[in-house]
Amino acid sequence: MQYRARNIYLIPYAAWIVLFVVAPIVLIAYYSMFDIDGVLTLDNYRRFFTPVYMGMTARSFWYAFLITLFSLLVAYPTAYLLTKTKHKQLWLLLMIMPSWMNLLLKAYAFIGMFGTYGPVNALLGAVGIGTRQILFTDFSFIFVAVYIFVPFMILPIFNALDELNPSLVAAARDLGASRWDTFRRVVFPLTISGVKSGCRAVFIPTLSLFMITRLIAGNRVITLGTAIEQHFLVTQDWGMGSTIAVFLIIAMGLIMVLTGGGEGGKQHVR
Amino acid sequence: MSGNPKKPRTAVSIYLVAVFIVLYAPIVYLAYYSFNSGGAMHSFEGFTLEWYGEVFQDTRLVIILLNTLAIALFSAAISTMIGVAGAIAITHVRSKRFSSALLTLNNVLIVSPDVIIGASFLILFAAMGLNLGFASVLISHIAFSVPIVVLMVLPKLQEMSPTLIYAARDLGATRWDVLTRVVVPYISPGIFAGFFMALTYSLDDFAVTFFVTGNGFSTLSVEIYSRARQGISLTINALSTLIFLVTLVLAVGYYVMNARVTAQGRPARVEAGE
Amino acid sequence: MKKVVQAFIIVFIAAFALIGVASYLNSSNGYSGANTLTVYNWGDYIDPDLIDEFQRQTGIRVVYETFDSNEAMLTKIAHGGTAFDIVIPSDYAINKMKAEGMLIPLDHSKIPNLEHIDLRFLDLPFDEGNIYSVPYFWGTMGIIYNPELVWGKEFSSWDDLWDEELAGQILMVDSAREVVGIGLVSLGYSLNDTDTEHLQEAYRKLCGLTPNVKAIVGDEIKMLLANEEAAVGVVWSGDASIILDENDKLDYVIPPEGSMVWFDNIVIPTTARNVEGAHLFINFMLDPVNAAQNTEYVGYATPNAAALEHLPEEITGDERFYPGPDVTDNLEVLANLGKRMLGYYNELFLEFKMHRKRA
Repeated sequence: MQYRARNIYLIPYAAWIVLFVVAPIVLIAYYSMFDIDGVLTLDNYRRFFTPVYMGMTARSFWYAFLITLFSLLVAYPTAYLLTKTKHKQLWLLLMIMPSWMNLLLKAYAFIGMFGTYGPVNALLGAVGIGTRQILFTDFSFIFVAVYIFVPFMILPIFNALDELNPSLVAAARDLGASRWDTFRRVVFPLTISGVKSGCRAVFIPTLSLFMITRLIAGNRVITLGTAIEQHFLVTQDWGMGSTIAVFLIIAMGLIMVLTGGGEGGKQHVR
Repeated sequence: MSGNPKKPRTAVSIYLVAVFIVLYAPIVYLAYYSFNSGGAMHSFEGFTLEWYGEVFQDTRLVIILLNTLAIALFSAAISTMIGVAGAIAITHVRSKRFSSALLTLNNVLIVSPDVIIGASFLILFAAMGLNLGFASVLISHIAFSVPIVVLMVLPKLQEMSPTLIYAARDLGATRWDVLTRVVVPYISPGIFAGFFMALTYSLDDFAVTFFVTGNGFSTLSVEIYSRARQGISLTINALSTLIFLVTLVLAVGYYVMNARVTAQGRPARVEAGE
Repeated sequence: MKKVVQAFIIVFIAAFALIGVASYLNSSNGYSGANTLTVYNWGDYIDPDLIDEFQRQTGIRVVYETFDSNEAMLTKIAHGGTAFDIVIPSDYAINKMKAEGMLIPLDHSKIPNLEHIDLRFLDLPFDEGNIYSVPYFWGTMGIIYNPELVWGKEFSSWDDLWDEELAGQILMVDSAREVVGIGLVSLGYSLNDTDTEHLQEAYRKLCGLTPNVKAIVGDEIKMLLANEEAAVGVVWSGDASIILDENDKLDYVIPPEGSMVWFDNIVIPTTARNVEGAHLFINFMLDPVNAAQNTEYVGYATPNAAALEHLPEEITGDERFYPGPDVTDNLEVLANLGKRMLGYYNELFLEFKMHRKRA
């Protein structure tokens, strides 16, 4: 078997990688070695390892983890139920569509909905719980973040579930497995690739979130993205901004390795 | 067999409905206030269509909208093609370390904050002497959408049993046949997933577009964010609601048409694993 | 495969169709394509009717682009790619642009309407002699509050913000200079202080404010305050006037110890291609009738004294937004402190944000 054709596949993709990935990385690494006055130095790296930035990093990871976890918890059952509906492709599309609405508008809508005099608090009042401070809390921040990222998690899991051979499930049930066992030992392992791809599509971008940290969390939550945005735009300290970016990329690389890497070659579904 | 595994319990279906409600809540909220004569997103005063009228009078806004949609469609389509090629390339790589490295490189753009991507693309284009405008925005959108397409297509490719390909080759299929009649149909759910994710990335993008646009070319996101300082007028609400309704009609319409053509909208599959 | 190919074909056809309609609309609206003027401004910061009027009067086609922050605009212009003829930055940005040679001097003989500008707003520290810029809109920074929610409390000083009763009731703008500046002014220092000891003092004082700070937000502060999400806000006067329009229960006050005065000015960058047209545009905007029309649309305070005669008394008489010299003399314009010092301010601000205890 010869796959000489693989060279052809590689060309447009390789070109894309060189131009739009490698070049920016080189640029970022280059900038990270200059300080605010344009002097060559490794001072930025030293600054990164101070409590301010280390704390920010830890918090970014923690929130990214939480958001990914909750997205998974929400998305998996949703994807599962979607595969059981009659017009699943349509419902799936309908589920994706809200993500096409502009983010800023949705954030404003959430500000309105979660506001002290907004509909959610009105509902809480009617039910007897009374008004609560929803905006500017960890809860609302994670809620809105999950809202935004859930479609990214639903799609790959849906695809994985859709491919699942129902006779496998039937066989497991026939052999006496409970619903939970069937899920844990048949369904979930077979859909793990979808889960992984969804987790990556969510975790990685959430590390550099900054829009919702301000809009919904009112800057109570500070992520690395906040700092980068500030450095690149306000202080014009591209050096420090690039340094943080370098660490983000390294962190992403580590996560890729930890979650099973590139899996080249063929993988057999058994 | 205890119960029909295909029919979930009603309580669980309520979950699906609840998810839908939550997903659409902000959309409905925005649509609700787009009719507000009060001019703001609170204290609904009276029903009016004036904001919708303003949308059509503001030619600049309409042009921006058309640009945005065109860019989104083009970039999603092209990035999907490149992304699929890339995903196939990655699975063909023998060494696990090399494919790991490729995948890591792939994800760099997803993890990088938009500001950095925008700034570095701007520098790139300036160095290349490219004029900012439609072309630069399109190229940028394609560039940052490719990784997510790869992420959506890759799992399907990895699941695919190689015996499918061997069998096809044995039966006399050419390489082109293998690609178009075995691989692509198998991964088509991943392709569509990638396409829609790319569409989302493009429609929503502000920071990158802001940096690489010019010469009067603008997208809806840039316009909306730029208006935030002055307070977003309900014209934007009206516009967004219109877009949403049109997309809804198109999506449902397409689906209905398609459902009539094929009994079950999926290509025939060869069962994996023998 | 067929399905995939079909889908893609539809997508491409649709995209081409959209482009077709867009360029049709573009050209049907355009005039002689050669004579254009590219304007770079904040979003929704000019009356669109005025642009139409300008195009009608001069035959020059206006290409309009928008930005959402000075910093983004500066980065964009610095790296080239688009030739803007007119830009409308804020004072401190003009400082920077001047220092980096990004502006061309204005030919005052071509903008006679400059004489209508209130003398208080000419010859400002960031552009003495108005060599490079003319004022467009101006304002102050102050405290906006809801009298009902603060139990009749009066705000007579910045220090009132530190009042323990205001726990979790204050919204602040997401800007280092302004927030650190409040710390400095409340200690009696200048907004433009560069003494690190003073800055550290201000930072420590601000940390004492954190229990009162509900959130640090951007432009959405208008919606939040109008919705009565918080009782007090530290905002710019432009925001305040918009908020007051939506919710007249609120009131705006400038503490007497001092505050900041801001200006958005029109400048012509060195990359401009239509300098003639740019001057025509500036003179057009300085015309009192046009300035008045613009003011009514945008809602901010105009520096054009002659324009005041064309505006209703209820607007121009409102001392909160049109303070007299007794107030403005006490206000400072933000000076360009240089990159290092600005970086220092921002580090302090970042630490202030992180210092805040979370619920």
